[in-house]
Order: sequence, then C-alpha cells, then structure tokens
Amino acid sequence: MSGEAHATAAGYVALIPLLPLGGALVLGLLGPSLQRRAGKGLVGALACGTVAVSFVLSVMAFLQLKGMEAEHRLLLTDLFPWIHVGSLKADVAFAVDPLSAVMILIVTGIGGLIHLYATGYMHDDAAFWRFFMYLNLFTFAMLTLVLGDNLLLMFVGWEGVGLCSWGLIGFWHKEEANAVAGNKAFIVNRIGDFGFILGIFLLFWTLDAQSHPTVVFRELREQVHVLDGLAFWGVGIPTLVTLFLFVGATGKSAQIPLYVWLPDAMAGPTPVSALIHAATMVTAGVYMIGRLNFLFAMAPVTLGVIATIGALTALLAASIALTQTDIKKVLAYSTVSQLGYMFLAMGVGAFSAGIFHLMTHAFFKACLFLGSGSVIHAMGGEQDMRKMGGLRKKLPATFPTFFVATLAIAGVPGLAGFFSKDEILFQTYLSGRTGLYVIAVTVAGMTAFYMFRQVFMVFFGECRADHHTQEHLHESPSSMTLPLWVLAAGSVVMGYLGLPPASAFEGWLEPVMVHHAAEASHAAEAMEYPLMALSVGIAFCGIFFAYLMYGRGGVKPESFANLLGGLPYRLSLNKFYVDELYQATVVNGTLALCFLAAWFDRTIIDGIVNGAAAVVRGVSSIGGLFDRYVVDGAVNVVADATYAVGGRVRRLQTGAISAYLYVVILGVLGGVLLYWSWAVAS
Amino acid sequence: MGELTLNHFVVLSLVLFSLGLFCVVTRRNALGILMGIELVLNSANINYVAFARYGSVNYDGQIFAIFVIMLAAAEAAIGLAIVLGIYQSFETIDVEATDRLRG
Repeated sequence: MSGEAHATAAGYVALIPLLPLGGALVLGLLGPSLQRRAGKGLVGALACGTVAVSFVLSVMAFLQLKGMEAEHRLLLTDLFPWIHVGSLKADVAFAVDPLSAVMILIVTGIGGLIHLYATGYMHDDAAFWRFFMYLNLFTFAMLTLVLGDNLLLMFVGWEGVGLCSWGLIGFWHKEEANAVAGNKAFIVNRIGDFGFILGIFLLFWTLDAQSHPTVVFRELREQVHVLDGLAFWGVGIPTLVTLFLFVGATGKSAQIPLYVWLPDAMAGPTPVSALIHAATMVTAGVYMIGRLNFLFAMAPVTLGVIATIGALTALLAASIALTQTDIKKVLAYSTVSQLGYMFLAMGVGAFSAGIFHLMTHAFFKACLFLGSGSVIHAMGGEQDMRKMGGLRKKLPATFPTFFVATLAIAGVPGLAGFFSKDEILFQTYLSGRTGLYVIAVTVAGMTAFYMFRQVFMVFFGECRADHHTQEHLHESPSSMTLPLWVLAAGSVVMGYLGLPPASAFEGWLEPVMVHHAAEASHAAEAMEYPLMALSVGIAFCGIFFAYLMYGRGGVKPESFANLLGGLPYRLSLNKFYVDELYQATVVNGTLALCFLAAWFDRTIIDGIVNGAAAVVRGVSSIGGLFDRYVVDGAVNVVADATYAVGGRVRRLQTGAISAYLYVVILGVLGGVLLYWSWAVAS
Repeated sequence: MGELTLNHFVVLSLVLFSLGLFCVVTRRNALGILMGIELVLNSANINYVAFARYGSVNYDGQIFAIFVIMLAAAEAAIGLAIVLGIYQSFETIDVEATDRLRG
C-alpha cells in the first residue's frame, strides 16, 4: 500500500493526546486534595500546562510536515494493536496529516487559550478541579477524534467528546435545568451516533464482502473505489454509508433535525460554550466529512442532502438568532448557522473551504463567546441583553476584541470571516445551486444584522442595568483578557491564509482532499469579485439596519415585530416551536410507546408467561398422580410382597442347631436317594 | 470267616458314623455335639485307611487320614473356643438356649 510506505514514524505525536489525558487522570484522582493543599493555581497550571505542551508538540508536528514533500506528509505512531478480530484490524494509532495538523493546532491552540481564560472565569468555583479535569479529558477525546487513524478510534473520541460535553453542560448540576440540558445534549447526540456507527458497520461490512476489509483511513482512501456501483435495495452503497455518517454529523455538529441540543448547551459555563460548543466539538462532523471526503465525493446524492441541510440550518438558526435576547443564545444560534455554512461547503464539494471556515470560525466564535463570558462576569451573571448597554467604556479590553470578532463573523472585508465565508458563497455559486446561493447570501446579511444588534445592545447606548450592578462593573482579570486579544488577532490574520485566488490553506490541504469542487471556468472566475461585492453589500445592509434599529434608534424594532400580525416575530422568538414539536412528537411519542410497551409487557408477555406456567403446573400435577400411584405403587407392592414372603420364610431359621442338622441329614439322604433312583433307572 | 475283610471295616465305620451323627443330633450340650463330630470324623478315617489297605491307591488314604486328624484337632480348638465364647455371653452351653439368631 502506497499510503503505508509514505508514513513517517514520529513517536512524540502520541504525546499530543496523552498529555491532556494524564492531566485529566491526575486531576480526577488527586484533584480535591491537590486543590485543598496546593491551591487552585497549581490545578489551573497543571491543566493549562498539559495543553500548552501539546500545542508545542502540535507546532513541531506541523513544522515537520511542512518540511516534507506534499504527497508524503503523514506522521504516524502506532501505539499498540487494539482490536484484531477476524478481518477487522484496528490499532491505537495516531496519524498527523495536513488536515489533522490543522485540527490539532486549533484544538490545542484555541483550547489552551480557553483553558487559560477559564482559570480566571472559574476562579470562585468550588469544583475548580473537576472543571479542569473535564476540560483536559475533553481535549484528550477531541485530539483522539482528529488524530485517530481509523474509524473506530475516531468513534472513541467522538463518544468521548460527547461524554465530556454532557459533564460540562451540566457542570452546575445543582440547578435542574442545567442537568436536563446536559441530558438533552447527550441523548440527541446518541441518536446521531447511532447513525454514525451504522455507517461504520455498513462500510466495513461491504468492504469485507469485497475482500478489502479495513477501517484505517489511508487504506480506505486506496480501496474505497471497490464500492463504486454496489447497491443495497437500489441505493448505492457509498450513498447509504455517507448518509448514515451524515446522520452522525448532524447530531454532533448541530444540524437539522438534531440541532436542538446546542442552544440548550449554553447552560454550561461560558468557557465550555467557547471550547466545545463553538470551536472544537461541534466541528467534529465537518472534520469527519473532510476526513472521508473521498467517500463523500463518490455519493453526489448525499452531497446534495448535506448542502441542502446545511443551507436550511444556516437560514433557520440565523432567523432564530435575530430575536433572541440572551447574549449566549444569540451566539449559540449563530454557531448553528455558521456550522450550516460549513456543511454547505462540504455539500458543494468545497471541502477545503469548509475546513477553512471551520478554522476561522473557531477563532472569532471562541473570541465572541469568551467576550460574552467576560460581559457576563462583569454583569454579575446577567445574560439578558435588554439589561445591558453602554458597556464599551467599562470594558476596555472586552469591547474592542468583541467588536473585531463581530466584524469578522459579519463578513467585513479584510477579516478572517470574510475570506472563508466568501469562499463558501463562491463555491456554492460555482456548483450551480442558485437556490442555496440565495439562501447563503441572505444568511450573510442576517448574520451581520444579529451580530451588530448584539454589539449595539450590549456595548452602546445607555446602560439599562440596575444601580447595584452598574457600581460593580469591572473589567476581567488579565488571564481572561489575554486570550481575547490573541483570538481577536487570529480573527484578523487567519483569513490571509486563504487569500484568493491562490489560497495557501487550500494548497496545504490539497494532498488530503479529492478534487471534487466544480472547476471554475473563466466566466465564472470573472464573477468572483462581483459576487464578493454583493455579499459585502448585503453584510453592510445588515449592519446598517442593526444601526438604525438598535444604534441610532431611528427605526423602532417593534414596527418589525408587529409585521404580519407579529407572527414571524413570535415564530423566531420561540425558535419556531421546534422544541415543543419534538416534545409533542418524539419525546411524548417515545413515552407513549414506552407506556404501550409496559402495558404489553405486563398483560400480554406476563400473561403468556403465567399461562405457560399454569399449563406446566397442570401437566406436572397429572405427572405427580402417575408418579404417586403407579410408580410408587409398584415399588410399594414389591416391598410389601418381599415383607410378606420374608415373614413366612423366617420361620425356617429356628435357631436350634439340631433342627438344622435334621434338615441337613434329610437333604443328604434325599440327594442320595435321588441319585440312586436315577442310577437304577439308567 | 476268621479273616478280616473290607466289609468289616466299612460296617464298623458305618456304625461309628451313625453313633456320631446320633450324638450330634440329639445332644443339647455343645461339648457333646463336638464329641459326636469327632466320632463322625474318625469313622471317615477308618474308611480312608481301610480302602487304602484293600484298594490299590498307594498311601493316599493314610495321608488323608492324617490330614483329617489334624483338621479334627484344629476344629476341636476352634469349636472349644466358640463354646467358651458362648458360655461367656449366655452362662450356658445348652444349644437350645442359644437361639438368638432365630428368624
């Protein structure tokens, strides 16, 4: 296998995920006493230190890859054989190729900054150690997900991040709503994971039937072509496999129909929202599609589904974000919407563009979340934007960074979000799906609107907080503002990696990605700059409307809220009643099914069991009668007969020796007589 | 007449055997029974020696007679030991009284 031959062994790669695991183990086992004896400083330093070292190692891996020839860029470390059963061979092996190099830099880099931020944000929490244990464990799981060189190891990380997400959303579990949100995230994710594992099964099963059994990515890449033309019940195998995998992606990456858990996940501490629910975990689905791009490229039907779902999710989430008043809910729906963009990119075959947006989004969305966390910190836990306002002077570090990140996500030229989003819009246009392109451009305008609405409501105008809160307004400590500055800087410069027309980022990922995106004709290329101007224009329209409604105040938001009898406003505010719909159909339906099953179990199944028992009891009582009267009777008759015969025969034994002698003599005489008569007769 | 023939010995043996048997059957004393058995055995001895003398079977008969004498001695020793045991547990050697094995 050519893929095998090019792999370069690099043992230190294994340390990248194992260091955070070690940190999690130490904190999990010794955390409480460590925190009591050595203080929170050491706990925080340990957690940040492991991730920081992982980041350094990731940079080393990146530099080593960069020094190699483009086609040979693969670092591999095979720790030990894991599952070798029949034709299935999976090792615990970590591989760094250009794609996973990007991911580990994001996870350890941004993750490390968020760790640092959390030491400030969570400083007053009693369960400080537990929080960092989960964060480290999460980092380990996420790194396993992106570094695992086979589907099964990826699935381990996939489940691991879900578990840590559950633990972190419900971190303040003393409030029931938080615990419920954690459960919701976990259960919704499980539904997706079910599809994911079905996809793995189907993929391995069909490959096995074609005698190419493998779950290792680089071998899959070589051999997946054998699936071409195979069909199962009239559906092509690649289509079926990728659809199942995409179900998994909708769960983890919060797409229609499984996006409902992400907004609720905001119940967790804000660093968690930034790390897990914006920068890393939710991008796992995008990463998975990028990792298996060669497989998805074989299934145009699936790509169409992904593009459509992505665009619709982007639209739906953006329209909900327009009216939310909770500072974190706006960002949550914004995240869902931006993930929709990434899936749209994947769906039109622009895999590199999707991953590029993943990276830039990680920077500016982490910055936004951490900024909102800083605001919440300053406001003493208040999350309602209607009670904020005019904070820009009070928060001299939070405001500029938040503003830069907002410019980036809104698609203002020159910042990261502009380049990555525009690339997606352009590729969508090239794919010829005009409907999706219109949706995507609309969403770009909506994004600019709701983000600036947030900025105006939080940082401009008069402060609407009560007197007590206003007095306690303060900027966050430097452990929290430093990550903000770094992330804001990243939100600016990261975009230039993907500067068109010769994107460095795309070139970096080229060895991993198949060429599926529509080849740009000259006519279409000529459209790039006009289209760019269009999307920028729409973004500025959104900003301008936000300014009119929330900045200058010339246009009353209420006049839009009452449009069409207020129906669109209420739909958006109540999230299109999707949660209620799911509650009514899926949750209650499941409960009804449970009750039905319980009733069925109690009456029918138990009835059958009890009936069977009664029948057996009846049959065995007949058997008992037979046993008692026939079998036992025969035995007793034999015994009684023996007893009676013995009673008669015992008389023979008189105990008198002379009587015995008489019998002996008579016997001998009788015998002699018999012999005699016989001798005479013959 | 005058000369002893095999018949004389056989008749003697028969008489002796009958007396011994009668003794064994009728005696109630265990010692008496043992004595009767001695008579029966000795009648057999006479038979052995007589047939050995008048028959043509070399010395087999005499040797058998010696075996029987030896056997009788052993039998007497064991029999007397049994009688002693009976006496110790029954305080009597009347065989009519020792009917504990009666069915």
